[in-house]
Amino acid sequence: MKSRSLLADIGKSFLIAIWFMVLLFPLMVMKVNVSKGVAQVQFRWNMLPLVGIAAFVLSLLWRFALEWNEKRGNDSRAGGPLAKLKALTSQYLGIAVVRKGALFILLAFALAYPFLFGMYHTNVMITAFIYIILALGLNIVVGLGGLLNLGYAAFFGVGAYTYGLLWKYVGHSFIAAGIDPGWLFWISLPLAGIIATLFGILLSLPVLRLRGDYLAIITLAFGEIFRMVMQNSGDITGGATGISLIPRPWLFNIKLTPQKAATYIYFIAIVLVLITIFVVRRIEDSKVGRALEAMREDEIACQAMGINLVRNKLITFALGAFWAGIAGVVMAAQTTYINPDSFTLWESIIILMAVVIGGTGSIPGAIGGAILLKLLPEYFRALAQYRMLIYGIAMILVIIFKPDGLIPRKRKQYTFKEKELAK
Amino acid sequence: MEYFLKLFLSGTAKGSIYALIALGYTMVYGIIQLINFAHGEIYMIGGFTALILGGFFFSNSMPVWLVLLFSVLLSIIYASAFGYTIEKIAYRPLRGKPRLSALISAIGVSIVLQNFVLLAQTEKFMPFPSYLPEFSWLQPYKEYINSTQLIILGVTAIIMVFLTLLIKFTRIGKAMRATAQDMHMAQLVGVDVNQVISVTFIIGSSLAAIGGVLICSYMGQINYYIGFVAGIKAFVAAVLGGIGSIPGAVLGSFILGWTESLGTGYISSDYEDAFAFVILIVILLIKPDGILGRTQRQKV
Amino acid sequence: MKRTYMLLAVFALAGLMVFSGAQNAFAAPTIKIGVAGAHTGDLASYGLPSVNAAKLVVKNINDKGGINGQKVELVIEDDQCKPELATNAAAKLVSAKVVAVIGHICSGATKAALGIYKDSKIVTISPSATNPPLTQSGEYPNFFRTIAPDDAQAKLAATFLAKTLKLKKIAVLHDKGDYGKGFAELVKQYAEEYGVQVPLFEGINPGAPDYSAVVNKISNAKVDGVVWGGYHPEASKLVQQMKDKGMNIPFISDDGVKDNTFIEVAGKYAEGVYATGPTDTSTNALAIKAIEEHKKTFGTEPGAFFLNAYAATQALLNAIEKAGSTDYNKIVAALKSNYVDTPLGHISFDQKGDIIGFGFSVYQVKNGVFVELK
Repeated sequence: MKSRSLLADIGKSFLIAIWFMVLLFPLMVMKVNVSKGVAQVQFRWNMLPLVGIAAFVLSLLWRFALEWNEKRGNDSRAGGPLAKLKALTSQYLGIAVVRKGALFILLAFALAYPFLFGMYHTNVMITAFIYIILALGLNIVVGLGGLLNLGYAAFFGVGAYTYGLLWKYVGHSFIAAGIDPGWLFWISLPLAGIIATLFGILLSLPVLRLRGDYLAIITLAFGEIFRMVMQNSGDITGGATGISLIPRPWLFNIKLTPQKAATYIYFIAIVLVLITIFVVRRIEDSKVGRALEAMREDEIACQAMGINLVRNKLITFALGAFWAGIAGVVMAAQTTYINPDSFTLWESIIILMAVVIGGTGSIPGAIGGAILLKLLPEYFRALAQYRMLIYGIAMILVIIFKPDGLIPRKRKQYTFKEKELAK
Repeated sequence: MEYFLKLFLSGTAKGSIYALIALGYTMVYGIIQLINFAHGEIYMIGGFTALILGGFFFSNSMPVWLVLLFSVLLSIIYASAFGYTIEKIAYRPLRGKPRLSALISAIGVSIVLQNFVLLAQTEKFMPFPSYLPEFSWLQPYKEYINSTQLIILGVTAIIMVFLTLLIKFTRIGKAMRATAQDMHMAQLVGVDVNQVISVTFIIGSSLAAIGGVLICSYMGQINYYIGFVAGIKAFVAAVLGGIGSIPGAVLGSFILGWTESLGTGYISSDYEDAFAFVILIVILLIKPDGILGRTQRQKV
Repeated sequence: MKRTYMLLAVFALAGLMVFSGAQNAFAAPTIKIGVAGAHTGDLASYGLPSVNAAKLVVKNINDKGGINGQKVELVIEDDQCKPELATNAAAKLVSAKVVAVIGHICSGATKAALGIYKDSKIVTISPSATNPPLTQSGEYPNFFRTIAPDDAQAKLAATFLAKTLKLKKIAVLHDKGDYGKGFAELVKQYAEEYGVQVPLFEGINPGAPDYSAVVNKISNAKVDGVVWGGYHPEASKLVQQMKDKGMNIPFISDDGVKDNTFIEVAGKYAEGVYATGPTDTSTNALAIKAIEEHKKTFGTEPGAFFLNAYAATQALLNAIEKAGSTDYNKIVAALKSNYVDTPLGHISFDQKGDIIGFGFSVYQVKNGVFVELK
C-alpha cells in the first residue's frame, strides 16, 4: 500500500518535472540577446535537465512537506510529539521562576550583544529594532483595528524628516550657540511622535467611510503623495538629494566613534522597543483596545453596542502613526542620511509582511516577524545575487506552512476558577 | 483646443495601457478578493517570452506577421501556464486562511518572479522589437496618435467586450459570478470552484501577456522590473472603477490616464502620480466602492 | 585607551615579523578591499560591472604576487542603492576590516555609507557617484571618485547647447532622482547664464510606460532643444515618442544615457542624440585590454562604469603599494600625489578627491555609435 503511493508520488513528480521543463523552457534554456536591433537566442541546453531534476525533487519534497504540515495540524489537536513538546514548554514557561529566568537570560544576551558581536551585527540589530517598533505600531492598525494600511511608511518618513529638517534648519543655530546638535535627537523623539500622530489623525478623517481594500488603496495613495511631496519640494526638504550628516544622539558631549555610536543607538532602540511593547500591551488590554477588536470583528454590531466608530478609527491611526514617527527618528540617527527613497510603498509592504508573517494581531508575532524579515536578507548576503530570490521563496514557504503567522494571536480567555473561590 | 485634444488622446492611449493590465487584476480580485501583486510580473513574463520566442522565430527568417502571431500566441500560453502554476502552488493552499496571508504570498511570488527573470535572463534593459504593423493612413495624424497606440486601444475595447460577454452569457461566466458571490454556496450547487479559479487565473494571465507584448512594443524596451510599477498603477485604476467590475476597470484606467495627461499638460508632470492619487481619493470619498463597483451591503 | 595601545603594539609586532621575512611562520594577512553597490534590485545593472572590474584587477595583481607581499582579497557587499542598506553594508565592511572601499554606486547610498567610512578612516573610491557636494563640500576627506562631478558635466552640456548648437529656448526634463535632477538643475542654471530661455523644467516618473503627455507639452512650448537629466530607459522612450510625433529637435543628455544600451534599446530613434559622457578612452590600450579580459572571463561585454571601477581599483592598489602600508593617511596622500596609468588614461586625484586627467566630452549618436565631438 505504502510502496504504491510512493510510486504514484514519483509518477506525479515526474509529470510535474516535465511541466516545469516546458514551462521554464523559454526563460531558463533560451537566453536572448539583442544587438543592432536583431534578437539572437542562445540555447543553454544544460539547464533543461537541471530544471527537470530540481522540479522532480522539489515537488516530492513539497508533497511530503504539505502532508507533514497537515499531520502536524492534526497532531497538535490529538497530542502528537510536537504538541507534547509545546505543552511542556508552555508548562515550564508557566512557572514564574523559569519564565523570569528565560526573560533574564534573553535580556542579558540583548544587553551584551553589541559587545559580543561587531558593529555590523549591532547595526543590523538596530534596523531590526526599528522594524519591531514599526511592526508593533502597524499591528495596532492592522491587527487590532483590522484596517489595512499600505501607506505606513509615510508616518515613518514623517518621523525621519522631523529630525532631518530640524537638523537642517535649527542645527546650525545650535552649533553657533555651542550646544551639541545631538540634542536635537532628544527633542525630535517626542516631537516626531506628536507630528506623526497629527498626520495619522489627518489621514484617518477622510477615510472613515472606507473599509477593506478601498481603505488599503487610499492609504497607499497618501503614502505615495507624501513621498512625492518630499521629493519635489527640494527647496525645503532637499528633494531627492535628501538630508545628510544628521547628528547622532547626544551623550554628554562625547564624540563617539561609529562603533560606539552604534552601540549607543542600539541601547536607545532597545529601550524604545521595551517601552513600545509595554504600551502596546497596555493598549490591548484597555477599554480602547477591546473596542478596537470589536470594531475589527464587526463594525455594525460594534456601533449597535454603542461604541463610537469614528473615535476608534481616529485612535487606531493616531496610535499606529505615533510609533512610526518614533522609529523614523531612530532610523535617521542611525543612517545619518535620509532621502525619500527610504519611504516607498515597498517599505510599507515590508512592514505589513512583518505583521502578517509574525501573526496578525500578536505582539510576539510582530516582533518575530520584524526580526525575521530584517535579519534574513542580511544573513542571506552570502548568497549574493540569489539573495532576493531565496528571500521571496522563504516568504512564500513561511506563509503557506504557517498561514496564521509564526506566532498566532491567542485570544484572551477569561476562566472562572472555582477553587480560588472556595478558599 | 488642439492642445487639449492632443493631451486627451495621449491620456486615452495611456488609459488603455493601464486598462490592459487592470482587467486581469480586477478579474482575479472579483473572484477571490486577492490583490494579486504578481499580476504585474506575469505581464513582464509575457513580454519576455514574446521577446525570446519572437527573436528566435525572427532570426530563423519567418515572415513578420507569423512571428507576431506565434510570439503573441505562445506568450499567452506561457503566461497562462505561469498564472495557473502560481495559483496552484502559492494561493490554493491558502484558501480559507486569513486573507492577508494570500496577499503576502502574492508579494512573495512577485519578488521571486522578478529575481528569477533577473537571474535567468538579464539585469539590463533590452530593446523590444515591434512586430506590430504601421498604418500609413495614420501618418498625417501622427502628432495625435500612432499606430501602436491605436492597436492597444482597439485591443482593449475588444477584450472588454469579450470579457463582458463571457461573464454574462457563458456557462463558465455564470460559474465565475456564482463563485464571486459566495464560494461555498457555489460549491454546494455543483460549481467546481477550483476549476473556476484556475480558469480565472488563466484568463487574467492571458490578458497580462497580451498587455505585455503590446505595451513593450510601444515602449520599445523591457526589463525584469517593469511589472511592479505598471501593476501598482493598474491596481489603482481597477479600484477607481470599482474593483471586480470589468467596465469599471476600463473606465477607471481611462480616468487615470486622462487625469495624468491633463495634469501634466496644464499643471506639471512633477506631480503626475499625485494627480492620479488625488482623483482616486476624491472619487472614493464620493463613492466608496469605486465608480461602477457594487455597493456592498453590510450585514451583521 | 590602554587596550588600544596594546593592540597597536601587537599589530606593530606582527607587522615587524611579517616584514622581517617571517611569512613562512604566519600566512601573510590579506589586504581586504570592499566593493559595494547595487548588486540586486532595479539598479543592479549599474553596480555589477564594478564588481567584475574589481575582480579582474585584483586577479591580475594577485597573479603577480600581490602588493608588498600581501594578497588582495575582495569583500563584496550589496546595497541595492538604498541608503539604509548602504549603512549596513558599510558597517559590515568596517567589521570585515577592509582597508578601502570601491563604491558605492549611487550618490544617495554613498552619502549614507560615507558617514561610517569617514569615522572609521576608510578610503572610499566611487566609480560613479557624481553628486558634486560629495567632494566639493569638503566634508568627506576620505572620498575619491574616478568620474567627474555633475557640475562639470552640466557646464559642458550647457556650453555645448548654447555655443555650439546655438539654441535659444530649451525644455529641461529630469527623472526626479538625485542624479538626474541635480544635472537638470545645473544645466538650467548655466544655460540661463548664457541667456538661453528655459520655459519648461519638469520631472517625469521613471518607469512609466508612456510619456506622450509631456512630449505634447514640449511641442506646445515651441522649444528648439530638449535636455534630459536621468538614465537611458526613460531617454529612449522620450526620443522615440518625440520622433513619432515628428519632433526633430536636438536631444541632449548626460552620461546616464551615454551607454551602449541606450543605442541598443532606442535603435533608429537614438540617431542624432547628444550626450555628455566621460571622455572616450576605449582606444586606450589599457582599456582595450580590460574589455578583452572581461569578455574572456565573463563572456559578455562589460556594462556601465566598468572602466571607471577598473581605474578606481588600479589607483587604489597603486596607492597602497606606493604608501607601503595600509595606513589611512598614507594611502590618502599617495592617491593625491601619484599618477597611475589606467584604462581612463594617466590619472590622479586633486585635493578634494576629484579625478585629474579625465573629464567629459560631448558625444553624438552617428550610425549607431557614440562619436566624440571634438
